[in-house]
Amino acid sequence: MNVGFLFEVLIGGLLAGVMYALVAIGFVLIYKASGVFNFAQGAMVFFAALTFVQLVKMFGLPMWLAFPATLLVMVAVGVATERFVLRPLVNQPPITLFMATIGLTFVLEGLAQLVWGSQPHGLELGIEDVPMEWLSQAAGINVSQFDLAAAAIAGVLVAVLAVFFQYTRIGRALRAVADDHQAALSVGIPLKHIWAIVWAVAGFIALVAGLLWGARNGVGFSLTFIALKALPVLLIGGFESVLGAIVGGLIIGASEKLAEVYIGPYFGGGIELWFAYVVALLFLLVRPEGLFGEKHIDRV
Amino acid sequence: MLYREAGQFRTSYAEDQRIFPIRQDRVAIALLLAFAFFVVPAVASHYWLKALLIPFLILSLAALGLNILTGYAGQLSLGTAGFMAVGAFMAYNFELRLPELPILVSFALAGLCAAALGIVFGLPSLRIKGFYLAVATLACQFFVLWVLQRVGWFTNYSSSGVISAQEIVILGHTFDSAQEKYLLTLAIVALMALAAKNLMRSETGRAFMAVRDMDVAASVIGIPIMRTKLLAFAISSFYCGVAGALYAFCYLGTVEPEAFSLDLSFRVLFMIIIGGVGSILGSFLGAAFITLLPIFLNLVSGFLSHAFGVDVPHAWLSNIELIIFGALIVFFLIVEPHGLARLWQIGKEKLRLWPFPH
Repeated sequence: MNVGFLFEVLIGGLLAGVMYALVAIGFVLIYKASGVFNFAQGAMVFFAALTFVQLVKMFGLPMWLAFPATLLVMVAVGVATERFVLRPLVNQPPITLFMATIGLTFVLEGLAQLVWGSQPHGLELGIEDVPMEWLSQAAGINVSQFDLAAAAIAGVLVAVLAVFFQYTRIGRALRAVADDHQAALSVGIPLKHIWAIVWAVAGFIALVAGLLWGARNGVGFSLTFIALKALPVLLIGGFESVLGAIVGGLIIGASEKLAEVYIGPYFGGGIELWFAYVVALLFLLVRPEGLFGEKHIDRV
Repeated sequence: MLYREAGQFRTSYAEDQRIFPIRQDRVAIALLLAFAFFVVPAVASHYWLKALLIPFLILSLAALGLNILTGYAGQLSLGTAGFMAVGAFMAYNFELRLPELPILVSFALAGLCAAALGIVFGLPSLRIKGFYLAVATLACQFFVLWVLQRVGWFTNYSSSGVISAQEIVILGHTFDSAQEKYLLTLAIVALMALAAKNLMRSETGRAFMAVRDMDVAASVIGIPIMRTKLLAFAISSFYCGVAGALYAFCYLGTVEPEAFSLDLSFRVLFMIIIGGVGSILGSFLGAAFITLLPIFLNLVSGFLSHAFGVDVPHAWLSNIELIIFGALIVFFLIVEPHGLARLWQIGKEKLRLWPFPH
């Protein structure tokens, strides 16, 4: 077995894992703050990416202007979701909220295609998806420049989120709500606003994820499926932990790429569809609430 | 006035235990069944039977299966279509490889195969709960489809991966017209619904509900958690498997694995949420709603574009339908979170007192 090749696959997998983690963080944020398992995250990624691309293509906006414009749209989507979907469903069982987000998925997918058309688009962010020359010459390992940039962006995003949660007033309120809804309400934190903010932040993350995934795979309906890719990441990391989402993403990314290269040929390929789920199930056998999820103590 | 139980005395335990204790209910269900068995096949057009009633009945059966698992035993599953696919393809293979096997036996065996798979994918439920379990059942969905696409044996090595279901022959009679297929489906669905209704009133069903409401408490009072959960998965998958076999043999005819995509799983889940979680009747109401809604939307959009003389592009229409479908689901969840079955119940309560509500 070629060690250099092994490293190449491993690094490629880890970097791809960062991209999964990016989507998973969107799930985690909303689950933490409101206990809603937001299936619409994938649709939000698609919506954001398509809006961005069409703002650039149809209206000729420069990218630096299209980004805040799309962000504005995503914030509007988040606030509208809170107002029209979540608020009337307060105190319903989690499965009802989950189903509501599936309904929301349909609305977002339909809306995106109705407004912006359903043709797939390419997206150029100005970072080329080519191996870095100095690294391939020095160590014989091909690592894509784009993957590295994506990982860096994801790292910055997580750092920004950490600072936001740790040091800002809103961030503290968000953490308080995540800890205990009722206690947060009783000290005067406006739950409605907080939920709107969380959905807006999730929209922001969806935008970043959408841009990176869109630049990699093109902006099309298939973007909605990466939500399904992010679910095993959540299983491994736990639904309540941002750190877990990152670690889970790395584990899934690396094991998936390794399996594809070293095990896949024995099965005739195409195993990446379900392999991540099997890995996640193995983890769950040992830790039923994921690596960093909250332990639930059952009491009668 | 009409719907009143005054004067109907129950003088034996058997009478007290029957499924429909009120005479009016019994008459109503008998009329409904008679209508479905005798009037509908004579009146309904080919299109109605083929495009509406048969898929409605089959999806009701699948929804019933999921309702046993999710509604009664409380285990959320997103792998319904996977189990249906197993039923469809195994029924095909039983017929193909053992042609002497009667078709109903093939359906039952296919259901049993799905049940066995259900037990395997139900194993994680012993460790994990709620959404963790739901995501884990997605593994079944993807894994089953992958196997069906990759392993040629299941599709009899057809190059396109598409199978054509064999003819349905029972006791020398070939069921090939839409009416006959409808009647066969109706008979199977009615029998299985009756079985499910009774099962849920038995010790097994009560154990399911105890596990759903609180599994720790259930285990404390002596309900074997492992057996109950796995049994729920097995029974539910059996229903889904038979539904899948019917889907292939009575509805689609030619099937590819993609027919059982995640989309179908979600549709079945919608049916039980909209119909009513933990209700046999709800499975049917939900299936009717979800099957009819797209057709209704189609009709309305066609009518509107006619009325206003605007020619709306087809791509727009399908997207608008998608939006309305999603919005209606959210709307329904907000207005009646317990589903259509609850509305029916409220209606019956009102009817009992009508016209003197005080």
